[in-house]
Amino acid sequence: MIIQDTAKVASLEAEQELALPNPAGDVTPDGPGLQRRRMTLNMGPQHPSTHGVLRLILELDGETIISARPDIGYLHTGIEKEFEAKKYQQGITLTDRVDYLANLSNNLCYSLAVERLLSLEIPPMAQCMRVLLAELTRIQSHLVWLGTHAMDVGAMTLYFYCFREREEILKIFEMFSGQRMMTSYIRIGGLALEPPRGWEKAVARVIERIAGGIDEYENLLATNPIWLNRTKGVGMLPVDVMIELGITGPLLRAAGVKVDARKDSPQSSYDQFDFEIPTRTANDVYARFEVRMDEMRQSVRIVRQALDGMPSGPWQADAPRIVLPDREKMKTQMEALIYHFKIVTEGFRVPAGSVYQVVESPRGELGYFVVSDGTANPHRVFMRTPSFGNLQALGTMLEGVLLSDSVAVMASLDFVLGDTDR
Amino acid sequence: MNSAISSTRRIGVLPEAIAQNAVAVSLDEQLPGSILGGDNARGEQALTVHASYIVRLCRILKERGFEQLSGVTAVDWWPVEPRFELVYFLHSLSSHTRLRLTLRLAEGEQIDSVCSVWRGANWYEREVFDLFGIQFRNHPSLERIMMPADWEGHPLRKDYPVHGYKYSYQNE
Repeated sequence: MIIQDTAKVASLEAEQELALPNPAGDVTPDGPGLQRRRMTLNMGPQHPSTHGVLRLILELDGETIISARPDIGYLHTGIEKEFEAKKYQQGITLTDRVDYLANLSNNLCYSLAVERLLSLEIPPMAQCMRVLLAELTRIQSHLVWLGTHAMDVGAMTLYFYCFREREEILKIFEMFSGQRMMTSYIRIGGLALEPPRGWEKAVARVIERIAGGIDEYENLLATNPIWLNRTKGVGMLPVDVMIELGITGPLLRAAGVKVDARKDSPQSSYDQFDFEIPTRTANDVYARFEVRMDEMRQSVRIVRQALDGMPSGPWQADAPRIVLPDREKMKTQMEALIYHFKIVTEGFRVPAGSVYQVVESPRGELGYFVVSDGTANPHRVFMRTPSFGNLQALGTMLEGVLLSDSVAVMASLDFVLGDTDR
Repeated sequence: MNSAISSTRRIGVLPEAIAQNAVAVSLDEQLPGSILGGDNARGEQALTVHASYIVRLCRILKERGFEQLSGVTAVDWWPVEPRFELVYFLHSLSSHTRLRLTLRLAEGEQIDSVCSVWRGANWYEREVFDLFGIQFRNHPSLERIMMPADWEGHPLRKDYPVHGYKYSYQNE
């Protein structure tokens, strides 16, 4: 976080003296008596279009941005430090809150990382369920993106439609875990609870509704002349610059780079699903819009396959020292009680080592680097969050862009400040 | 954990652990003395490198196809010396492979920035400086990124308490 650099503003003022227009004379913009002057403007940290507490220090020449410097750190809560003070299983609740729009993706990444350190095998039913929930998370995250993006550009009705559909998905999450957003449903060793009775019907109903909704919402915008005018040709950067700056996810796919962690390094039985990675080549805001709409359709496809082919079996790994025992067993059996007590009070020791687990979050490449020193507390957890990498490129992307276009560009980046600042 | 944390060894002789590793061998041929160790645990390639070679190594690896730097971070092993372990995550999009470079730094030791190789290292190195206090030479703008500019101390160090030093940070 940078506190206002008054020295820079003062120097700007010194080098361009303010010349007032001559009331009796000619007042054309470049005429006698008027001078152009660059303005340093603050956008944020409280601003409806910056999608969170992001501060942009903009240097403007009229409406054109000369330079934009993102200033982050307003949502920094020291989550990585907190990990070191907690047990491994307590860290799951922290991961929910890192990217608060893709909770289950973060849960999944952390669980997979720790399970790799533990060399734990997850039963197929739990893996399939994890994929289903991760794709539902992707759909609801993209719905938020679509609604807020449209609202930023001016199409406010879409915001209500998207959040209405998202409500249905959040009801599904509530059905599973009791929580709408911070579910902590994907735990180390499998899932937190047994999937509730009747979940198949509920998910099937929601996914049919969303499948119809995606086409309807795309139709509202895809050929709308205002939308096309505001998004086509905006926010382009050369592909190699984007890769070098650390951009991942739908932005790269909209530039033609077919990279997706679900296909490149499949985890949790993603390789058993049949889906495509949508790409475009235009590399502008409109292409990113199309890519995310197609991603929603592919997610619907995956959820349907998961519903049809859900294997039966346990939802937790067979590891009594790591996974909490069944509640009823804990109340009647001695060993279950002891295991429960040990896990809750002492945690479980993870073998020393370090692992970097990558998952495709709705925003891009999400990686958890978990370092274990052999004890029950993580030694270090580094979260390589997609929004941090994407936001780094914002300064470069906004050079020479009109102020009104900057809003569309920021919305197309789809960053979340919790993800960025952790 | 890495197999070797000493930073001195005979040039031209790779440690046992990675003598069979093709990447390590070829890198060591180009830059003798740069590779100090490594392992392939859990299917992930990790190489321990000597701190002074980091920029040259990164440049070679970028030419070899590691177009993207996924991130840079540090691990504090206090009170074990050398205290800090810097980790670089490299990603080759074209060949779908990842590589991890680690090196050890003592407190107060500086290291060259890799911003000249990947511009995306900028914010990651700022974050490491902010939260660990490791100085990067030739960094375009090494200043705090997460903590306020006037913060004292480096929060992710092991000798910094989780709850901070003050009871309340308001009304200062």
